[in-house]
Amino acid sequence: MHARLRLYILVILIMGFGIGLILYKHFALGFPLLPDDKKSVWTIEARIDFVARGDPIVVSFALPPQTPDIVFMKEDFASPDYGFSESISPTGRRAEWSKRTASGPQTAYYRLSLYETEQIIPAQITDDLPSEPEKPEFDEVIKTAAITLLEQVYGRSANTEIFTRELITTLNSKTPSQNQSLLLNEKSGEDYKTHLIINLLAMEGISARIVRGLYLEDGRRRQSLINFVEVYIGGQWLLFNQNSGVHGKPENFLIWQRGDQSLLDVVGGKNSQISFAIIKNVHSTRNLVVRDGMNKQAGLVDFSIYSLPIEQQNAFKMILLLPIGALIVVIMRLLIGIRTSGTFMPILIALALIQTTLLTGIIIFLTVVGIGLLIRSYLSRLNLLFVARISAVIIVVIAIIASISIISNKIGLDQAMTVTFFPMIILSWTIERMSVLWEEDGPREVFIQGGGSMLTAVIAYLFMTNRTVEYLSFNFPELMLVNLALILVLGQYTGYRLTELYRFHSLERRDVSGKR
Amino acid sequence: MFLASARKLRSLGIIGMNQRNFGLISRYNPRHLYPLVDDKLKTKLLAQKAGITVPKLLGTVQYQHDVKLLKELLRPHDQFVIKPVKGSGGKGILVITEHDHNLYFKPSGDSIQLVDIERHVSNILSGLHSLGGKPDTVMIESLIQLDPVFSDYSYEGIPDIRIIVFRGYPIMAMLRLTTHVSDGKANLHQGAVGVGIDINSGKALHAVQYGNTILHHPDTRKTFSELTVPHWDKLLQLAAACYEMTGLGYLGADLVLDRDQGPMIIELNARPGLAIQVANFAGLAPRVAVIEALKTIDPDPQLRAAFSKTHFTVDADVQPPRQLRTRSDDL
Repeated sequence: MHARLRLYILVILIMGFGIGLILYKHFALGFPLLPDDKKSVWTIEARIDFVARGDPIVVSFALPPQTPDIVFMKEDFASPDYGFSESISPTGRRAEWSKRTASGPQTAYYRLSLYETEQIIPAQITDDLPSEPEKPEFDEVIKTAAITLLEQVYGRSANTEIFTRELITTLNSKTPSQNQSLLLNEKSGEDYKTHLIINLLAMEGISARIVRGLYLEDGRRRQSLINFVEVYIGGQWLLFNQNSGVHGKPENFLIWQRGDQSLLDVVGGKNSQISFAIIKNVHSTRNLVVRDGMNKQAGLVDFSIYSLPIEQQNAFKMILLLPIGALIVVIMRLLIGIRTSGTFMPILIALALIQTTLLTGIIIFLTVVGIGLLIRSYLSRLNLLFVARISAVIIVVIAIIASISIISNKIGLDQAMTVTFFPMIILSWTIERMSVLWEEDGPREVFIQGGGSMLTAVIAYLFMTNRTVEYLSFNFPELMLVNLALILVLGQYTGYRLTELYRFHSLERRDVSGKR
Repeated sequence: MFLASARKLRSLGIIGMNQRNFGLISRYNPRHLYPLVDDKLKTKLLAQKAGITVPKLLGTVQYQHDVKLLKELLRPHDQFVIKPVKGSGGKGILVITEHDHNLYFKPSGDSIQLVDIERHVSNILSGLHSLGGKPDTVMIESLIQLDPVFSDYSYEGIPDIRIIVFRGYPIMAMLRLTTHVSDGKANLHQGAVGVGIDINSGKALHAVQYGNTILHHPDTRKTFSELTVPHWDKLLQLAAACYEMTGLGYLGADLVLDRDQGPMIIELNARPGLAIQVANFAGLAPRVAVIEALKTIDPDPQLRAAFSKTHFTVDADVQPPRQLRTRSDDL
């Protein structure tokens, strides 16, 4: 009771820990559970052009804020011969380029690569509380029009959110009323409209601010920022499209700047212009997450296999597959009851099969073992000491492998050259064991054990080459713990093996024949 | 149907490999006692100390360079058996029944030369037949003489009797008869015949070859129904005494009947196989349960053998089969 209970507690702990780590990596760090998970990475290039007048130049440019749902992979700032610094002002980050003197057309670049995460962001409790909105000063005519409009809209709405939406749609309506035309005409630009909305809201005592952002669309060039209005309603900032009144952040929309500070300030230059170009790339989610984890030095990623050099990582890709093979062997032997020659020899064959591909590998294996057995049967007549004989078999195996390589190369069978991936010592031992088995127990036993080994190896191979298994075992080494727990449980299995149901099948007839 | 239903087997009390390893071997056989039975020389010494008859030891070879002394060692003996001390499952056993100058004859009549024997000995020394390939020692024993009772039931070899002894009580027995296909060896998977023996009477119950029921010996055509193992009580007592000798709770004692010396022990096994259930047409589990239910183990092997005789006779076994219950299920 005690021992078994302890074991089950241990199993549950190990399994819980393993699964917990996997879930943590998936949900908190964003590791995808499937290898084909892809993400769009947007690269945005802002190009700032201006003409310098020969005076000292300071270019100050607002940078997009970092939010938890967006990962900035890389930021580049380029402008030849300019000094550069990044400053954090109360209104957000700003890039500053500066130069003592310059004249003529100048260009500065800012490049940003980012992708959106699927993390569930808890509802933000805004800490940037708005100040009491300032009552705007309009001249009498416009003020009257504004009041009338606000009263109309107010009558049609039930709460602040609907009020805002109604206000925006009314202003944008295709058939403008007189009041509306007074406030807004075709000539007034987007910025004017934004400020008008903010002012009108302020008259009702509602705080609002301007938000500038960029629609992320692949291959777009010469884009400029789009204005949105953010309204403080019920303790939260809500985003409204100022042309449609639709509430919420649109898909693939990057918020670049909040508030009314200038996007770009150029001191010592004129005709400043800014344009954005956007390119989309598709990357595997895993690579992005790993890179992000390394940058952030997230313990689980930083102290993991990913921190090793690529060569070692590749080695681990193989090593981490071994537990899968071990599990297969445990299942095959304890549950199915298949006999193999050498407990873990099938795993080594499976590893070789991974390098050679299945069919070629099996053919090569059978050829080498077959020829080896023939030569070994001659060696057994030579009356050799055991260690000398097994060493002789090793050399014979190497000779066979060399000849297979050379002959296949001459014939043009490139696949057969992968024969070198078979572990030669293991092959030699297999040949020696099979040969002794043949002499003592006859060919039947050799075929049973050889076939069992081959079958186990092929099944292990199929599992180990499965893309998902490969991906999971490498990216979630915690799976080893789950695997370990499974093996511990299987180690307690005392039921019949599948082959025993056959072995003892004659006993089933006992009660039919009465006694005996 | 090729597969038996697991539930059926369980109700018959058949013990499977996993159950054997988990519930019997690892539970009742402390690992430090294994060398006593894995090393046949040690077993032999133990048996001799306990006053149990064993085949006579003619000599041992421990080092490769002693292989050339083999000729001198073998000269006085016409018949002998060469065995690896740490071999298992009858591997590496060479039986010589006749010796004529340089030629040595196997039971099958095939002749081999001294060099062949030397090579065989050298292989054994290198660990070819030992568990884990460890260096081994060779022992040479006197050949057992076939008891005439079995002359009609065996072909080119000596039959042996396997008795499973559980906590000192013999619980199941099987006679293993050599056949032509088994090459004179008493190994069931090589084609020897397994005959289940009634613990009470020593009478043959049921015989199998390759897992199939047979009614007569495939070579001698003699039916098994008339077969009764002589000296049965003595054999049971010898087997029971192996418990005190080794301390192993679950062991297989291999005994033979020598024409001249009577019952003797040739080998003990700490991991006896399960084919005995097929030969007996019965499961081990009900009998294991009977012994596990005992509060105390009788210190006298003879009384234990007597207990087994009354409890494991086939007539008693006709009762509805007990559910498989070993201690592992009580947890």
